[in-house]
Amino acid sequence: MESIVLAIIIVAAIGLIAGLGLAVASKVMAVPVDEKAEKIKAVLPGANCGACGFSGCAGYAAALSEGKTKNTALCAPGGTAVSLEVAKITGLSAGSVVPSSAVVLCRGTSQNVSKRFVYSGVESCKMAAQLFGGPNSCSFGCLGYGDCAAQCEYDAIHICDGVARINPVACHACKKCVNTCPRGIIKMLPLNMAKAAVLCNNHSKGAQTRKDCSAGCIGCMKCEKTCEYGAVKVVNFCAVVDYEKCVGCGKCHEACPVKCIDIMNLKA
Amino acid sequence: MKLMLSVLLTAVLTENFILCKFLGICPFLGVSKKLNTAVGMSGAVIFVMALATAVTYPINKFLLVKHDLEYLQTIVFILVIAALVQFVEIVLKKFMPPLYNSLGIYLPLITTNCAVLGVVMLNIGKEFNFALSMVNSIGAGLGFMLAMVMFAGVRQKLEGCDIPKFMQGLPITLVAASLVSVSFLGFTGLVDGIFA
Repeated sequence: MESIVLAIIIVAAIGLIAGLGLAVASKVMAVPVDEKAEKIKAVLPGANCGACGFSGCAGYAAALSEGKTKNTALCAPGGTAVSLEVAKITGLSAGSVVPSSAVVLCRGTSQNVSKRFVYSGVESCKMAAQLFGGPNSCSFGCLGYGDCAAQCEYDAIHICDGVARINPVACHACKKCVNTCPRGIIKMLPLNMAKAAVLCNNHSKGAQTRKDCSAGCIGCMKCEKTCEYGAVKVVNFCAVVDYEKCVGCGKCHEACPVKCIDIMNLKA
Repeated sequence: MKLMLSVLLTAVLTENFILCKFLGICPFLGVSKKLNTAVGMSGAVIFVMALATAVTYPINKFLLVKHDLEYLQTIVFILVIAALVQFVEIVLKKFMPPLYNSLGIYLPLITTNCAVLGVVMLNIGKEFNFALSMVNSIGAGLGFMLAMVMFAGVRQKLEGCDIPKFMQGLPITLVAASLVSVSFLGFTGLVDGIFA
């Protein structure tokens, strides 16, 4: 009988001491929670996409509240609306986010590109790209195994006829696909604006590009000569568009012999 | 000294907590996907094991054994370890935020992990003195780390493999874990051989 009482006393005492100790410790050593950061985090869309350059929404909220960044317009999925809300909380000035969408700059569909060998390895662009530059005749273009589609949290990317296609309506501009693509052929393009886009990344010389893909940029310089605004330049046998200068007039598209330069007007 | 070394090697290799005693399997399967999280978790485990032993040893010796209350060991140790880890978490959060951020997620996870409780109970079962108990707990933690790091390597290799659909995920992980465990059978008799 006595030992039961003693046991109860000992356990109760240890529990009481531990409980009191913890209660006192949590009061004495309480760390103030950053309320501003919590508020900002509630406003942010919670996509945790990393487009802002911080480790998720919490990271961006903490950086804003601690003054590490004063740019409220870094959140691509949230856009201008979120920038306004964040500005209200932080007292910083709101910025406008140019809405944009990711675009796969490749036209290497099964009609335009041939297979050099049959690839039967892991269904992954990263893996396929490491094996002799991929099974396609063009070693610059889309591999079509959908590494980008697997990364997309908004179901915006689908593989159509061997090439990834991005739906600008569903795209939240989080840039995960841009960073995933082993070929680096996914770029961000502004929405609701007519801009020329070069749908090719083949840097081989014209004759080789012709062999690789029937829709590839052969670096003929016609677009560069036609452009009245100096927006198109051929660099390393492939045309590049300067979006600051491009007005979307469409003359380069008319001049292009392979029609790999196109006027995009993405609507969301 | 020789005894301590033998206890340490036994805890790390021949009686590895995960691969030979099958304690702490949950974090072993749960957080071994990446090397850095596996190392972070193991660091927390070593720390908590050592701390738990340091605190429970005197409680057992001067409170429970003295009053013939050994049957209370399990419940008292769980209580003490849980409270202790919570306390350490609060202290770390206040004074060492970087360490808290790297260990923080794993600390509450292992408050009452069976491996932590296991090492404390085994120390008593084997009738170690205080120094040997500490050596045994740190050795058990190191063994935990060894198993975690090895298995993280195995799992990273698995990521790149073309695994049949019915084996993907947990099945292949468990098969891999059992194979790693079999490899530790090779250490049987090692410590006895060295210190014979």
